[in-house]
Amino acid sequence: MTERVLLVGDSVPRLAPHRRLRRDLQRGVWTVQAPERCFILDETAHAILSRCDGNASLAAIIASLCAAFPDAPHDTIAADVTHLLQDLADKGVVAA
Amino acid sequence: MIPDPPFALLVELTHRCPLQCPYCSNPLDMERAAGEMTTEEWCGVIRQAAGLGCMQIHFSGGEPTVRPDLEILVAEAAAAGLYTNLITSGVLCDRARLERLAAAGLEHVQLSFQGATAPIADRIAGYAGGHEKKLSFARDVRAAGLPLTANFVVHRQNAHQLDAMIDMAVEMAAERIEIANVQYYGWALKNRAALMPSRDQLNVMIESVSAARERLKGILAIDFVVPDYYARRPKPCMGGWGQRFLNISPSGKVLPCHAAESITTLAFDNVREKPLDDIWLNGPAFRAFRGTDWMPEPCRACDRKEIDWGGCRCQAFAITGDAAQTDPACALSKNHSRLVATALEDAQSGGEDFVYRNFRSAKALPGL
Repeated sequence: MTERVLLVGDSVPRLAPHRRLRRDLQRGVWTVQAPERCFILDETAHAILSRCDGNASLAAIIASLCAAFPDAPHDTIAADVTHLLQDLADKGVVAA
Repeated sequence: MIPDPPFALLVELTHRCPLQCPYCSNPLDMERAAGEMTTEEWCGVIRQAAGLGCMQIHFSGGEPTVRPDLEILVAEAAAAGLYTNLITSGVLCDRARLERLAAAGLEHVQLSFQGATAPIADRIAGYAGGHEKKLSFARDVRAAGLPLTANFVVHRQNAHQLDAMIDMAVEMAAERIEIANVQYYGWALKNRAALMPSRDQLNVMIESVSAARERLKGILAIDFVVPDYYARRPKPCMGGWGQRFLNISPSGKVLPCHAAESITTLAFDNVREKPLDDIWLNGPAFRAFRGTDWMPEPCRACDRKEIDWGGCRCQAFAITGDAAQTDPACALSKNHSRLVATALEDAQSGGEDFVYRNFRSAKALPGL
């Protein structure tokens, strides 16, 4: 990596190479396995990351989550999703 | 109390290594090749660990690539759903072999460096030409598309190169750098006088790391481990003894951490004789310091007891002779001032010569 990935609406976030979304059967949680790291995902984080399929843009992921959780304000979802994915990009988990 | 399953398994496939780093984490009493477990035995261990709940496996040593069956073991781990990491010196593995390991399912490489320039690094490793081979191996890792962590162990004799180490990691397109001050057990304890940094050196390191983290956000992740002799509170060693981590020695001894054999009052079960889950749940070495019941004061009344778990058992044993004492790295330990005084004295008046880690010096050590 030579420069920081900054996510915008038409970025297509996806798991970075050699990061694996894995179910931890013993503990009953979703995780991302990464070099020297194991990120344990809560339901929100899993809902977001499972939509990062390499085709959907950040805007499309936000729209999909707004449809799935119609009670939550759009602005809140947009801010939370962008914040979480940018944080994971800074940790090398997400590429775009 | 039934313990949670472990997250990670570190397998020390062998203690053989061409390098002779004087702070090696292997025990002083190293295992010879004839005592190493077979391919079939390691495959069995890998399947058991996945069944027990491990999510990650670290292939280490010694130098794990001296084992010709490493590809088979990586493939076994990948098939069992484990995330695989190779911890290597990089001096024995050519590009063709690395590509075979990647094809077998290797996910990540952690490559050790002993300094930022060949003269310093090769002297510390006791291996001429090693530094150049490592740089070449790092290029192979990136060419194979694998994530790379550059690991630098730092101490008094290379701490001045810290900024250059960080630049090196960026240049080789590593995603992570680990800058780990030496922890003093086993070989490192033998060499403490030659390795202990001064407090001034530590302060410079902390400033450099802090500035680099800001500058390289999103480009290079930086893990920094302080020398805990200068800490106020101990490290949460292994995330708690027997809580997250398993280590298996070349001959199959199951250890709560890689230095645990330095605690000579503990006996360790062997995976050649007992199932891994039984050892994890019931092994006396794992039960000895799991949780908080074993703790003395001041740990017992401390509000950090489930944060740092009393610190490091190996350090308590190395400094006090009693593994059930509070880690002397904690400022609340009655042994802390003695530990700091030792560090300052070593940093000021220690020499530069090393006892290199090899089978010959191991044989010459008293008591082995």
